[in-house]
Amino acid sequence: MRGFEQRLNDFASRGIRVVAISVDPPAVTRAHCQKRGYTYTFLSDPSAEVIRRYDLLHAAGGPGGQDISRPAEFLIDLAGVIRWVNLTDDIRVRARPDQVLHVIDQIGLIQH
Amino acid sequence: MALFSPISYFVLFYRWPLTRDFPWANYLLFAIGGVLISSGIRRAFRQPDLYRGKIAGTVLASISLLLLGLFVYVTGFATKELPASKGAPGVGTKAPDFSLTDEYGNTVTLSSLLTTAGVGDPSQGSILGATTPPNGVILIFYRGYW
Repeated sequence: MRGFEQRLNDFASRGIRVVAISVDPPAVTRAHCQKRGYTYTFLSDPSAEVIRRYDLLHAAGGPGGQDISRPAEFLIDLAGVIRWVNLTDDIRVRARPDQVLHVIDQIGLIQH
Repeated sequence: MALFSPISYFVLFYRWPLTRDFPWANYLLFAIGGVLISSGIRRAFRQPDLYRGKIAGTVLASISLLLLGLFVYVTGFATKELPASKGAPGVGTKAPDFSLTDEYGNTVTLSSLLTTAGVGDPSQGSILGATTPPNGVILIFYRGYW
C-alpha cells in the first residue's frame, strides 16, 4: 500500500487509476487511510459480493475467522478488459508498483 | 541475534519488498546468531573454568532453534495457505462490473472508473488527480482488517 502511494504520480501520469478493494467498512478504511496518508481510492465490499464475483474469497481468512479477500491485482483497460492479472500464492509477496508500471508500459495501455 | 531475527522481520524488514518477499536478512541474522551461540557453547564445555553458561547456552540454543523453526513455518508455509481462485477472471476477459462505496461514501462502479474523468467530489478526496479521462484501472484486492 505504501509502495503504491509513493508511486501514485507515476500511475497518474499514465492515466491509470489505483483502486483498492477490501471487506472493511468505509469509515474504518477512511480512518486507516488518513492515519497512513493513503490518498488513492479504497472501495468497501463488506458482504464480499464483488470479491466472490472475482472468485477471490478467502473463507475464514480474517483475524477472527471472517471471510476476506485473498490478495490479487487486475489491470483493466478502457474497454473493461483485463490485461494483466497477478494472483500471488503468498500473502507476503504482492505485486510491486514498479512491476505494474512496467507491465503498463509493455502492453501499450496508454492511449493519450 | 536469533531472538531479534524473527521479531525484526515483522517490525522492520516487512516494510521493504526486497527484505519481505524472501526474508534473507532474517536468515542471515539467524545464521550469525547460530555461529555466536555455538562458539559460546563450545567454549563453555571445553574450558568450563574460564567460561560459564553450559546450561544457559544450551537453553538459549534450544529456544533459538525453536524460533527458527517457527519462523520458517510462518514465512514459508502459513502465508501460502490461499484459495486457488481458479474462477478468477483471466487476461482477455471482461472484468465483472461492480458498484461499491468508497471511503467517502460515494458510489463507485467499475464503468464509472473507466469512463468519467472523476468520481465523487475531488475536494473530499475522491479519485485523485482525475482531471483527464483515464487509460485504465489497477484494481488491488486487499485482505483488509487494518
